[in-house]
Amino acid sequence: MAKKETINPYSAVGIVAAQSLGEPGTQMTMRTFHYAGVAEHVPTGLPRLIELVDAKKEPKKPLINIYLKSAHSRSEAKAAEFADKIESVHLSEVADVREEMWKKNIVVRIRPEDAKALRVTSAMVEKAVKKAAGALEVEKGEERAFVVKVRKEGDEPVLKSLRKLTGKLGKTLVKGIAGIKKAVVVRDAEGEYFVRASGFNIKEVSAHEEVDASRIYTNNVMEILKVFGIEAARKSLEMEVKQVMDLQNLAVDPRHIMLLTDAMCADGKVKSIGRHGLSGEKAGVLGRAAFEETIKHLVNAAVTAEEDNLVGVTENIIVGQTIPIGTGKIRLRMKAKK
Amino acid sequence: MAEEKKKRKRGKCAIYVNGNLVGFHADGAGLVQRMREKRRVNELNYETNTYYNERANEIHINTDAGRVRKPYVVVENGKSRLTPEILKKVEAGQLTWEHLIKMGVIEYLDAEEEENTYIAMTEEELTPEHTHLESVLSAIFGITSSMLPYPEHNSGPRITMACSMTKQSLGVYANNFSQRFDTRAYIMYYPQQPLVQTDGYKVLDMKKKAAGQNFVVAITTYKGYNMGDGVVVNRSAIDRGLGRVMMFKTYDSEERLYPGGQKDKIEIPGPDTVGFRGEEAYRHLDDDGVVHPESKVEGKVVLVGKTSPPRFLEEISVFGVVEEKKRESSLSMKSGEKGVVDSVMVTEAPSGNRLVKIRMRGEKVPEVGDKFASRHGQKGVVGLMLPEEDMPFTKDGIVPDLILNPHAIPSRMTAGHLLETLGGKAASMKGGIMDGTAFTGNTEEDYAKALKEAGLDEHGEEWVYDGVTGKRIKMKLFIGPIYYQRLHHLVSNKMHARSRGPVQLLTLQPTEGRAREGGLRFGEMERDCLIGYGASMVVRERLLEESDKTRQYVCQECGMLAHHDVVKNKYLCSLCGSSDVVPIEMSYAFKLLLGEIRSMFILPRILLKEKA
Repeated sequence: MAKKETINPYSAVGIVAAQSLGEPGTQMTMRTFHYAGVAEHVPTGLPRLIELVDAKKEPKKPLINIYLKSAHSRSEAKAAEFADKIESVHLSEVADVREEMWKKNIVVRIRPEDAKALRVTSAMVEKAVKKAAGALEVEKGEERAFVVKVRKEGDEPVLKSLRKLTGKLGKTLVKGIAGIKKAVVVRDAEGEYFVRASGFNIKEVSAHEEVDASRIYTNNVMEILKVFGIEAARKSLEMEVKQVMDLQNLAVDPRHIMLLTDAMCADGKVKSIGRHGLSGEKAGVLGRAAFEETIKHLVNAAVTAEEDNLVGVTENIIVGQTIPIGTGKIRLRMKAKK
Repeated sequence: MAEEKKKRKRGKCAIYVNGNLVGFHADGAGLVQRMREKRRVNELNYETNTYYNERANEIHINTDAGRVRKPYVVVENGKSRLTPEILKKVEAGQLTWEHLIKMGVIEYLDAEEEENTYIAMTEEELTPEHTHLESVLSAIFGITSSMLPYPEHNSGPRITMACSMTKQSLGVYANNFSQRFDTRAYIMYYPQQPLVQTDGYKVLDMKKKAAGQNFVVAITTYKGYNMGDGVVVNRSAIDRGLGRVMMFKTYDSEERLYPGGQKDKIEIPGPDTVGFRGEEAYRHLDDDGVVHPESKVEGKVVLVGKTSPPRFLEEISVFGVVEEKKRESSLSMKSGEKGVVDSVMVTEAPSGNRLVKIRMRGEKVPEVGDKFASRHGQKGVVGLMLPEEDMPFTKDGIVPDLILNPHAIPSRMTAGHLLETLGGKAASMKGGIMDGTAFTGNTEEDYAKALKEAGLDEHGEEWVYDGVTGKRIKMKLFIGPIYYQRLHHLVSNKMHARSRGPVQLLTLQPTEGRAREGGLRFGEMERDCLIGYGASMVVRERLLEESDKTRQYVCQECGMLAHHDVVKNKYLCSLCGSSDVVPIEMSYAFKLLLGEIRSMFILPRILLKEKA
């Protein structure tokens, strides 16, 4: 039975997959869907599809879903507590960082309202400042302030390193996990609470004991590639494309999507479709020249005395031969006796 | 100095006249107010419009031509200046429109001045804040939309569509059409004024430029021939002239001057001209080289015979005498067209050369594929032309001219279409024209009453009998006259097919477009479909065999294209001179590509292999 469902040899699966994904693409609306709380404008539809197919380093709106172990996932309060714990707060969000050039000092003054709102204590700030200051001396100043005394180190002028440190201080993490912003608690269909945040940082998030690391997920394919490897990346790519299609109520056979993601991940890295990825690595010069940057490919082929063995469809159309697909590839194997 | 000037202007209102800055004034709002008062007492020309932009503190005074302006009744302290007393005088004929303008009762506003106004639609809703009163309710419409009946009963998009279709309708576009030489023009044979008209239509006197006819329309399906915006039309009605138009087309030919003092000559070309087309082609020409009026012409027949001086002077014959061989450059009709020479005009071009204009006339009888539309955005293409005897008929013997599919109505919400049909029916029973003006026109009740009086069904429905079987159709049909327009999309001007034909000079591929008798492009996406289906042989046929296939000789030694040496009658490689060449079929475009690659100093070699 299963044999009956297999596709015929020499079928143009790539073209059919491209058409099957491309045609619904023309019907996609620019409508966006809203995720509860986090990052109101997450690209879906065509922009998201383009993002995926281009194998972007980071999506426009990265998201992470953090599932918790049962001790925390049953209660909203406990989940919220965890969300609060991982949400990153930078020093500049809770304190003013000011340079005192004449004293060669940097004054970090806590803004009490902001600190309170973000649940940051002055002890946490002190810790962060000390960490950023490294070997430098940190004094407690007046009015909830910390003073970093900058001194000459190495060849760099004092004022230059002061400037550098000011910048660094502002970006110092006071609490939470780097890259995790706006964490909120979401209740899923089964009534389980989990944390959804914008940003991604699988490694550090899963180090927390509350987290059920086996269910962590992000829409950033490259992060998944980095942490879990190519197979996981392929699967997540497939899931993301499928999700885009489902959100628009467009029915695409999953095997077309799988072919696309297989092609993108075949080399162990996630390649984009297009000039810098799949199409740019086609075997034949003519095929590449027909796609984009014609002259570049022709000149390079001339320099390296490249040969085109006419294996692709485009090449054979250009030359005016039968294309090696479908009926064009059938050959009589047995020679008749004379 | 400049700084000082700026200081003076600070806080003052800038004044522009027809877009040019002319000066500054301290009190912009007051100035505008006074200007308007002056205009209303006729101290300022009534064509002047002033606009005060409060935010930018600017005054724009416009007096130039080309502004669209609209009359309004002036309102003061919540009271219309058009008082009952004035109205009475107008009715008595003591006051005219011009008087009203001079009295400041009516004033014209342009688009800019309208920004400063607060206009009431009716007198009842006037408040002290109002500045103007709309003259009539239907005055809110533009030129085209004011001619549409019952727009308030239709959905907005349909009104927009009806407007754009009205602009495509064929009728009498200008009353002096017989004196005009337009490149392309259509005149309807028997134009009619609509049975349901609007105030706008009457004001514009559009019945003198009517573009349509009152069709008797029945709403029912007809054997699938009016599916999806198709319409069935009565062939007998068409034979009697329904929807028939005349097409005028003007060709022209000029005696051009060439550098060197040489000139074209309009004459009958002699047999010694280069490119002579044969006596037959010039048979309609008079002695002056121009066609005889009223001659019937068809196909590539010459309309104006013309000869041009030779392109190169050094065309010297064997005897060493410069032979003045003239070139043939006659004007002929486009292939596939036919008509009658309507009028010939000999005149002078702006350059001073002699210019001949020939107006051709042709009849365009409606046929399957032509487009018709009502004034409610309901367009349809003729799907079947049915003889009168096969059409359904009522007990009175009324046979529809057109059968419209009922599915065209509900989703488009064009109730106005139905109302107009009802109005048309009432108009034809009572005699006279019905009023379909927006908001104020005749109502459905008016029509129901009129129809009842005439002894007809008040909803416009009637029992009809099948023309083929004679049996009564089980349902009553909605039937009545409604104004229909024939639209500018005629199949006869668009129909096109080709099997073999001309090819482009450069690529040897088929030409493009109807005018060049071109092929229909088999594009990238079509190609993808065949590839997706695996039909390699069809791809090859479309892209090679039926396109620009050539046979080129390729050298087996170096992979270059070979040329034919006529002297040796051999194919030789152009690069290595070898005669070891084989014929290869390829597309001419590929041959060109190889040439272009060579032109950028890259040598492409074709390596040949025996087919496995």
